[in-house]
Amino acid sequence: MNIPIYLDNNATTPMDPRVLEAMIPYFTQKFGNAASRNHPFGWVAEEGVDYAREQVAKLIGASEKEIIFTSGATESDNLAIKGVFEMYKEKGNHIITTVTEHKAVLDACKHVEKMGGKVTYLPVQEDGLLDLALLEAAMTNETILVSVMYGNNEIGVIQPIKEISAIAHKYGALFMTDAVQAVGKIPVDVNKDGIDLLALSAHKFYGPKGVGALYVRRKGPRVIVTAQMDGGGHERGMRSGTLNVPGIVGLGKAAELCMLEMESEAKRLSALRDKLQAGLTVLEESYVNGNVEHRLPHVANISFKYVEGEGLMMAMKDLAVSSGSACTSASLEPSYVLKSLGLSDDLAHSSIRFGLGRFTTEEEVDYAIEVTKTAVTNLRNMSPLWEMFKEGIDLDSIEWAEH
Amino acid sequence: MAYSDKVIDHYTNPRNVGTLDKSSHKVGTGLVGAPECGDVMRLQIEVGDDNIITDAKFKTFGCGSAIASSSLATEWLKGKSIDDAMKIDNMDIVEELALPPVKIHCSVLAEDAIKAAINDFRVKNGMEAIESEKAHH
Repeated sequence: MNIPIYLDNNATTPMDPRVLEAMIPYFTQKFGNAASRNHPFGWVAEEGVDYAREQVAKLIGASEKEIIFTSGATESDNLAIKGVFEMYKEKGNHIITTVTEHKAVLDACKHVEKMGGKVTYLPVQEDGLLDLALLEAAMTNETILVSVMYGNNEIGVIQPIKEISAIAHKYGALFMTDAVQAVGKIPVDVNKDGIDLLALSAHKFYGPKGVGALYVRRKGPRVIVTAQMDGGGHERGMRSGTLNVPGIVGLGKAAELCMLEMESEAKRLSALRDKLQAGLTVLEESYVNGNVEHRLPHVANISFKYVEGEGLMMAMKDLAVSSGSACTSASLEPSYVLKSLGLSDDLAHSSIRFGLGRFTTEEEVDYAIEVTKTAVTNLRNMSPLWEMFKEGIDLDSIEWAEH
Repeated sequence: MAYSDKVIDHYTNPRNVGTLDKSSHKVGTGLVGAPECGDVMRLQIEVGDDNIITDAKFKTFGCGSAIASSSLATEWLKGKSIDDAMKIDNMDIVEELALPPVKIHCSVLAEDAIKAAINDFRVKNGMEAIESEKAHH
């Protein structure tokens, strides 16, 4: 077992060595520009790209013509939201999304507002799921796009995508999903799920950083997004720029491996995650954040009341995890995702996200349980709030000096 | 963000964690911060007849820098007169622990806790509370 143990697979994943192996020839021998049509160097590179396009398409049940390669999911989200708005604003100027989206979606929506669009940011329920009735009530005949993430990056909650897309389509709107955390981890099928646009990123599923894709539906309906960069008209005119051939080959290989191993891997990871969660929630005053049934198999977000997340992570220095604590951000604000579940600030400050991955072993999980339990216990012994709680003092009755 | 060696030292081996009898007239208690803000410090001093601090204890809910700041404060308090202790400035703590700008509020909180504990002791023993010249909040 190597220390520190990596349990932050929602932030990024290590690249699978099999992916690296597939990429290597495309740096030096097969270095051609995939857009060079008149010599073998270009053809070889293009072949690599075409094969990767098929591999990615297969993973999400799409056709290879519907895959637009990008630099990652932030670009895909931006291209989808701004591109749809620019293309369809004559039809309507309203976009609906949720407050728990990734910043790439939220900030792209804010940009749309600056361009004259209207955006509705729907709240979520206490378990993180979107209330479908609320969505339906927000739909207008001006609504051109509904954008709801597939699986949440902080709590792992999986939204009812099929039901959400059905509502969007009922009102003539397109449905887009940021599926960064879900693709490669659980079955995602653009046709069964009614998805018109989907953003994904290679480094979240054991591929390289700096490469991703946007799925853009071609049939029923045919969707077009306005390009956000001017240039050579690559990727069916929607995304100019010389293709990152090694990255794209890596993305394709990563997609293929996920497709092959998803079923067994999801089972293995959810068993490990459940073991971790069970091992940690034996601690008093520990709470699992978000819906536990509709959840990605590899994520557990747990608040340990009366200890502060960053302090806790420092005590768990053999584990690489992340926290919703304000102290981990420059803004000194705790996680907006956890707060939108109605979590009090002190519980948001006390949260730890455990993200398991392909290379996580049971031995590591057992070790993580022990390290975390010891750290929580030690810090509680040092916490004035824990002492007050144990003395039966109601912390809400104290007038705290906010600072 | 990497922590300084001194922060890590105080965090790993915190000095003077504990609780003094807050009902004793010799003990002054300062409780500052708020759970919503992610840090709460409780700092206690025990003062002898000559107004010299004989013992100091803390408990802190907060990040590593907050815990280190309060641990350091208790070390500095022991043996000081309550008048000298009142002069401890948050920037002294920043310097000693090499706190980055984003963690300065931890040192401010420690200074507030020291002053609150001394004032609690003063009021308990018939002295006036001393208003801080600095307005932190």
